Amino acid sequence: MTATSTKPSDNLNIVIVGHVDHGKSTLLGRLYADTGSLPDGKLEKVQAICRQQGKEFEYAFLFDAFLEEQEQGITIDTARTFFGWKGRQYIIIDAPGHKEFLKNMISGAARAEGALLLIDALEGVKEQSKKHGYLLSLLGVRQFAVVVNKMDLVGYRQDVFDGIEKEYREFLGQFKAVPQRIIPVSAKLGDNIANRSEKMPWYSGPTVLDALSVFRKEPGRSEQPLRLPVQDVYKFDARRIIAGRVTAGRLKVGDSLVFSPSNKRATIKSIEAFNIDPPPVEGHAGQSVGVTLDEQIFVERGEIASHQEQLPLVSTAFRANVFWLGRKPLERGRRYQLRVATKEVDCEVATIHRIIDTMDLAQQQGSSVVNKNQVAELTIRAKAPVAFDLSASFEATGRFVLVDEYDIAGGGIVTELVHDDQEFLREEARQRDFAWVKGEVGVEDRAQQYGHRAAIVLVTGGRHTGKSFLARTIEARLVADGRHAYLLDGENLRRGLDADLSEGERGQATEMARRYGEVARLLVDTGLIVVSTTNPFGMAYVEAAQAIRTLVHPVPVIAINMSKAPEEVPPNTDIVLSGPADFDAATRLILEELKRRGVLAQAIGAKPTFQYSI
Amino acid sequence: MRHLRQLEDQSVYILREAYKHFDNLAMLWSMGKDSTVLLWLARKAFFGHVPFPLLHVDTSYKIPAMIEYRDRVAREWGLKLVVGQNKEALAAGMNHTLGRVNCCTALKTNGLKQLIEQKGYTGIILGVRADEEGTRAKERYFSPRDKHGDWDFRDQPPELWDQFKTTFPPGTHIRIHPLLDWTEINIWEYIKFENIPFIDLYLDKGDGTRYRSLGCAPCTTPIKSTAKSVDDIIDELRHTTVAERSGRAQDEGRGMELLRKDGYM
Repeated sequence: MTATSTKPSDNLNIVIVGHVDHGKSTLLGRLYADTGSLPDGKLEKVQAICRQQGKEFEYAFLFDAFLEEQEQGITIDTARTFFGWKGRQYIIIDAPGHKEFLKNMISGAARAEGALLLIDALEGVKEQSKKHGYLLSLLGVRQFAVVVNKMDLVGYRQDVFDGIEKEYREFLGQFKAVPQRIIPVSAKLGDNIANRSEKMPWYSGPTVLDALSVFRKEPGRSEQPLRLPVQDVYKFDARRIIAGRVTAGRLKVGDSLVFSPSNKRATIKSIEAFNIDPPPVEGHAGQSVGVTLDEQIFVERGEIASHQEQLPLVSTAFRANVFWLGRKPLERGRRYQLRVATKEVDCEVATIHRIIDTMDLAQQQGSSVVNKNQVAELTIRAKAPVAFDLSASFEATGRFVLVDEYDIAGGGIVTELVHDDQEFLREEARQRDFAWVKGEVGVEDRAQQYGHRAAIVLVTGGRHTGKSFLARTIEARLVADGRHAYLLDGENLRRGLDADLSEGERGQATEMARRYGEVARLLVDTGLIVVSTTNPFGMAYVEAAQAIRTLVHPVPVIAINMSKAPEEVPPNTDIVLSGPADFDAATRLILEELKRRGVLAQAIGAKPTFQYSI
Repeated sequence: MRHLRQLEDQSVYILREAYKHFDNLAMLWSMGKDSTVLLWLARKAFFGHVPFPLLHVDTSYKIPAMIEYRDRVAREWGLKLVVGQNKEALAAGMNHTLGRVNCCTALKTNGLKQLIEQKGYTGIILGVRADEEGTRAKERYFSPRDKHGDWDFRDQPPELWDQFKTTFPPGTHIRIHPLLDWTEINIWEYIKFENIPFIDLYLDKGDGTRYRSLGCAPCTTPIKSTAKSVDDIIDELRHTTVAERSGRAQDEGRGMELLRKDGYM
């Protein structure tokens, strides 16, 4: 026990991947044995089980804990084991190589900071050798060494090793992956694992352990621009704490933060911590932190805090490389949950551009599904704007998973922002919000005074469905209940604000919607509940509703669609009223929705206790 | 102690994910070193608060000093403590002489399952560590259990980066394992670093023995050790090659795989 008695000051997650039977568990067993990291009796216990079952002892059995794994001689799930070597503690993730268990391999590799990829010298480069190499790159594991195993079975021949090195480097080069080392070994006999082999004098590079020791810990994420995805907002006591993990960059007390996509701004008042004295004044990448702000702004889980100079991207769509692990194939048009950092939002696959064959990286086009264990290039469209980054620039905020029903069914990296039709309005809103001149009265002050939050109730639908009448009924009811509500009718804008527009310009729904949206934005800033219809926009009401939503974001928009006969409703509609409407019943439904969304407090007249936080 | 802070950051992230996604969440606390560190990490994550109840499945065979420690810490830290017990099995005379795996299944696994069913918990936070024994090495941070509380280790859901399984069908629940990446030494280093109060059964009080792992009195034996402080323990662990759970009788043979498949901690 020399190795483990040194004091570890650092730890590193390493995954071992490669084709089935190329010797991953054996390598792991050997690493353990050669660093003296096995507990007393473990070796003897496994050897005894082997004798009992009448089979030859293998190092692999030390870690294949499940009965079934030992019987079948394959690893089913990822196992985590630990050993120490030269002042560093290694957490080794042994991932299964059998293609049936690809999701387990991916789960293992996604946690890794470095990788060892095994190739059998006798069998050469196989299907999973390539797939795993490609996936390591997709998963963001940039430092890895290739280990050519079972050199004893090819007589330790240099030409065999050179052939494999050439073939595999060419394959990796196609997606610009470069291994740090390629090492010839025999895990079974211990050649070039901890000790340099005498059988391969032609090799002068490092042993496996030497190669591991030059892997670095999280290279430089703290030097990047700040990214702090909001995980939760707590109000356990007098403090209102924004909690999250810094995924890139640094923050300190006094920094001005911008939250995307809401464009809210505030300054860090304090960094909170339990049992740390004096309290911290700064934080950096990797840390789970909690901050309080100088102003009570409404921010939610899923937003990304950054500094104003280097904001994340915001869109409803992006292009991505995705690997699919779901039991059911990924289908275009089907609804999935998208999770980017802490944001969770419904999405669908708008386009499947191509399926990538990881054997030869050939592209197969024109598929409408992605099957289990396939990799594909997709465009994903979310129901609401999402803040994210390109994975080439930021690791944690540039990747995502897709959830199908209850399970994570796929993962991917963002390769490109896809411009959506709201882009210009969103940029207008962003610039306007950053420069917004505020008075002394904050949003929260108005909410406390009025007994409700600001919101927009937007009634959409075709002609002659009773939209105006419903809007008037809602306004009257809200005011009768003591709320501050106002009916904003587009006709009133047309004759005043829009009087400068020509007849042709008035026919352009987008410009009309932009003007309407900016007026609505002013009114909600006064704390009002704005009730309105999309009448002025005619049949272009779907696009108009979307534009209004973008401009007033993040104020809640409660959308009601009215139609005489059942028809397709615009996206993000909250309440659908079809057929002849019972206006009183409809009004009650809408008031309930306002309560559910936290706009109205539950009891009329009661001062709301705003848990803006939770 | 940078590596301890890194472990802490990951565990805190997991605890906050659990709190965000599970309405009916509870943490298992056995008063041992691991679950006490876990409890401390909850106070880290929630800035001094523990916003969910702590469960103790009382087999009635625990070492008495553990119960005293439990009640004292719960009082001092203002914890909401929920104690469960499989009274039926105890009334029927269940004890370790009827078979250790049987006894653990009845009093711990089934005791926990009864508690989960009674209270309708959908998320249970546990302090298991990957380095303790083989089946725990295969665990996910968020690990689903079916309607019977069973673990299907053959078909575990993918876990990618910091995205965990937080949605699940009605009637099932999720076990959450924030300490998976910690080793036994890390636990003691952290106890020292944060000055966390722990039960003194882990120390030698003059007779040359101490407990390395705590469980029920009949099935847990002290080890030979003269470690009288946390520093002594850390030093001892750096030089030992004896498995941590060697004093835990239920681990013999394939005991843990059979127990854990059926929902043991």
